[in-house]
Amino acid sequence: MRFAIRIDVTHVPGVLDPQGATVERALPALGYTNVGAVSISKTIRLQLDADSEAAALTQVDEMCHKLLANPVIERYTVSFEELV
Amino acid sequence: MAAKVGVVLFPGTNCELDVQWAVEQLGGEAMLLWHGDATVRDVDAVVVPGGFAHGDYLRTGAIARFSPVMDAVAAFAAAGGPVVGICNGFQVITEAGLLPGALQKNAGLTFVCDTVELRVETSRTVLTNLATVGDVLRIPINHFEGNYVCDPDTLAALRAEDRIVVRYVDNPNGSLDDIAGICNEAGNVVGLMPHPERASDLLLGSEDGVVLLQSLLAAATDHAAARA
Repeated sequence: MRFAIRIDVTHVPGVLDPQGATVERALPALGYTNVGAVSISKTIRLQLDADSEAAALTQVDEMCHKLLANPVIERYTVSFEELV
Repeated sequence: MAAKVGVVLFPGTNCELDVQWAVEQLGGEAMLLWHGDATVRDVDAVVVPGGFAHGDYLRTGAIARFSPVMDAVAAFAAAGGPVVGICNGFQVITEAGLLPGALQKNAGLTFVCDTVELRVETSRTVLTNLATVGDVLRIPINHFEGNYVCDPDTLAALRAEDRIVVRYVDNPNGSLDDIAGICNEAGNVVGLMPHPERASDLLLGSEDGVVLLQSLLAAATDHAAARA
């Protein structure tokens, strides 16, 4: 079976997110003074063939550990999307 | 015999010739090591130089760590061989797990290209064995992702085990605890963001990097003797 997968890689809470912090400081300059907790993450989309959803998840987890995310500064969440 | 320094070349590396030139100026022998070859040949020390290995895609150093040469570098390091990662090389060897922590985008999101002051914090490493603790060296930096981070336990260990090698006198990038460079437990693997090779001749504005490169050549000579 082919699965469409979305991986969101976000900053570890507590570690300074320089991109989020910079954007957060920039928004008030445009008059948006009610905005906080800005964080910027990246999304990786891919498709893979696997026997089951569980097998797909296991493989994605392994790929995240090895390459797609750095556990020192990043966390990730995995979700399935509609295959198009 | 001159100490033989291998300089790793990935697609996107751009400081390999500077390192080679500086090593040769100081009486060492330098040879380039192609990332696709799973060997460090017969070198006495390895430098992973600066640049944008594999375009820095995904994260800096993330893809470079899977280049065939990196297993050979890890084995060389495990056998006590001197390994120094400079700038992008520091990012590559942290991704490879040879050093703890990670380098993320500079605080303030500015690319910093400047000559900064570094304070030598330990002389027990392959990069600082001829330096004196407390020495302040003027060395160029040139990076967007030099903001060192690690978890609190790792930072405590780095401090307790005398593994912070150089600190910024005036922190330019938000780096945790002003860290500019760290080493492994044994002191034979060092990573730092500043470029000693760019401070290896007065014509370049500073020769404060010479003591670091001479330290590396001394460590390389020792390693060669220990292996012989």
